[in-house]
Amino acid sequence: MRSAAVPPSPAGKLLWIAIAVVGAWCLGVVALRRGEPINAIWLVAAAIAVFVIGYRFYGKFIEHRVLELDPTRATPAMRHPDGLDYVPTDKWVVFGHHFAAIAGAGPLVGPVLAAQMGYLPGTLWILFGVVFAGAVQDFMILALSLRRDGRSLGHMLREELGHVPGIIAMLGVLVLMMIVLAVLALVVVKALTHSPWGTFTVAATIPIALLMGVYLRWLRPGRILEVSIIGLVLLLASIWFGRHVAESATLAPLFDFDAKALAWLLIAYGFCASVLPVWLLLAPRDYLSTFLKIGTIGLLALAIFLAAPMLQMAAVTRFIDGTGPVFAGNLFPFLFITIACGAVSGWHSIIASGTTPKLLASEGEARMIGYGGMLMEAFVAIMALVAAASLHPGVYFAMNSPAALIGTTAEQAAQTISQWGFVVTPDQLTQTAKDIGEASVLSRAGGAPTLAVGMARLLHEIIPGGGMMAFWYHYAILFEALFILTTVDAGTRVGRFMIQEIAGLIHKPLQQTESWTGNLLATAICVGLWGYFLYQGAVDPLGGINTLWPLFGIANQMLAAIALMLATVVVVKLKRERYVWVPGVPAIWLIVCTLAAGYDKLVGPISFTAAAQKYAAAAAEGKLLAPAKDVAEMQRIVTNNYVDAGLTALFMLLVLTMVAFGLRTIVRAWRINHPTAHEEPYVPLDAVSGSAP
Amino acid sequence: MKRWLRAAWARAVQTARLCCGVPDYDTYVRHLHEHHPERPVPSYAAFFRERQEARYKGTGGRCC
Repeated sequence: MRSAAVPPSPAGKLLWIAIAVVGAWCLGVVALRRGEPINAIWLVAAAIAVFVIGYRFYGKFIEHRVLELDPTRATPAMRHPDGLDYVPTDKWVVFGHHFAAIAGAGPLVGPVLAAQMGYLPGTLWILFGVVFAGAVQDFMILALSLRRDGRSLGHMLREELGHVPGIIAMLGVLVLMMIVLAVLALVVVKALTHSPWGTFTVAATIPIALLMGVYLRWLRPGRILEVSIIGLVLLLASIWFGRHVAESATLAPLFDFDAKALAWLLIAYGFCASVLPVWLLLAPRDYLSTFLKIGTIGLLALAIFLAAPMLQMAAVTRFIDGTGPVFAGNLFPFLFITIACGAVSGWHSIIASGTTPKLLASEGEARMIGYGGMLMEAFVAIMALVAAASLHPGVYFAMNSPAALIGTTAEQAAQTISQWGFVVTPDQLTQTAKDIGEASVLSRAGGAPTLAVGMARLLHEIIPGGGMMAFWYHYAILFEALFILTTVDAGTRVGRFMIQEIAGLIHKPLQQTESWTGNLLATAICVGLWGYFLYQGAVDPLGGINTLWPLFGIANQMLAAIALMLATVVVVKLKRERYVWVPGVPAIWLIVCTLAAGYDKLVGPISFTAAAQKYAAAAAEGKLLAPAKDVAEMQRIVTNNYVDAGLTALFMLLVLTMVAFGLRTIVRAWRINHPTAHEEPYVPLDAVSGSAP
Repeated sequence: MKRWLRAAWARAVQTARLCCGVPDYDTYVRHLHEHHPERPVPSYAAFFRERQEARYKGTGGRCC
């Protein structure tokens, strides 16, 4: 463990000055060069320099000054190891575990959507957001939990802020989870709509997982590596065979669904997957998706370095004025909620106070895991942004704009998009569709297909081969669909347990997780909650993502604001008030962003309320607005928008309540002249018998 | 070199298993021997099953 007290050597100083100069130069190129496309390597190099400097200086500052982490202090894993949950573990192993747990679809989707404003706004927010907000949150919550026996976020909130705010925050987490599941499932729906090839490969993962489950349970218990290799080979075979399905006149219709049908299939699937024993379907899928996720992220990094694509998207487009087709709203606040994961993600505060703090062998390793892990996630977001920005802008907008704006034929789309200033021919759009083996690329919103096309191009460049573009495209779709569906299954189970716990307060027997009545009932409620929003997205006039992603962003940033508020409260309670700005400023920033975005979504031209009123007024005049085909559908769109508006109001109320509770605790703690935080007492490392890693 | 490779491989396997919610079996067995010699030592298969169930019991979940 290096200490802050040791001054850096002259050579070390020179190295850091060199990194700073190179980083500043690259950032200058990214930010200032206009009119000619730049190479993605500039962006990647700028990101690496910013991350390395942030980690070395700001991370270290937080470690020593703000958190006062102490490598001589025994961690929970050292104090009471149990060989199962509390296990002192090698820091690289913990890092891998932590990164696998925080990396999800979020950092891949958000930056792709935000690319409509150009690559520069998204890049700057990811780089500085992660250094000053995201990584700070992950690191501080991890450290807080380390000092509190590995307690969860909810538990710490109850202890430090009070019982009521703790419960309110956990209610917020439950609602957030439902929105997360719905919006992620919608990403899959959008990617698979009328794509027999994609639908077939994703469907094939079910029998593959069942086979793996049986293998792991009965044939070769616990041999994860073996079974994952078998699974991977079968997956690749299913992608290869998918082409024949798509080209076959008899098989293709079996896997050709519209958005509504896919939504229902996913709802039914989510229900089954979370009711069945975990070893049969959920766990094997989880293994496969974890390894595929890490492997593919590595592959993407390699492809970007080797292919070194030019960024075809402009640095800043005209859509910073809020008129963009991908999502509505001005740069402030909507950029900052569209890119949630990747810059700062509230969900991480749950992971950072979950398994990870119970595995650390030394407090000195927390910066690498918490701060470093989040920097890695931000790097994934930068790669997603590069993949999207290296596409032809016309193709990008064709894929991400709703049919209501660009029409349903390549000619209409090319004409509209060219009028926006991104000149593209119908041929370019149909050729892209042909390259990736799909009938059309229009209005495939949700980030996943765009990223898949970007990835397919990059991979095709480093591993060429006839017709391989289509293979790589479907590989990328499968990779995203696989881990999104794993999140949906696991999330439904977690939601089910949460609902059963709440139901148990009303009727005790419902709490029993072994009881089939309680199980089926709670699962049905859970699936119903996210299924409602998923179906709403599938029938949404603007394609769903446009509507639901901001709701997700608001909810996720709300949770991040709550987590950073907790960190602020604890800093004050520890009587380290001079550092209150470290978690305090990002907390305020996120509160401002969530409230501003919430306000825009509640009242004004781009609000849910305005959308509801527009459809209600048309319905009153007896008119039908697309995509509604009858009066009942018009009515449903009105209701859906009012529900979304209500949810937005709920999130805003939740943030304001938490701010009030937070401020109350801060004022009280500020007045008391001794530390009042609920840390576990100091136990020296030498005094415990925990076995070293 | 060979020893180093073997150690690196062991680390990689440990990381991969932990990502799937299965902690190190050897560490657990050692823990049982040191602290609870009276308890029976489960086989790897039984240990794996128990951990597999525990992973999806409710806390945390996956990130978006």
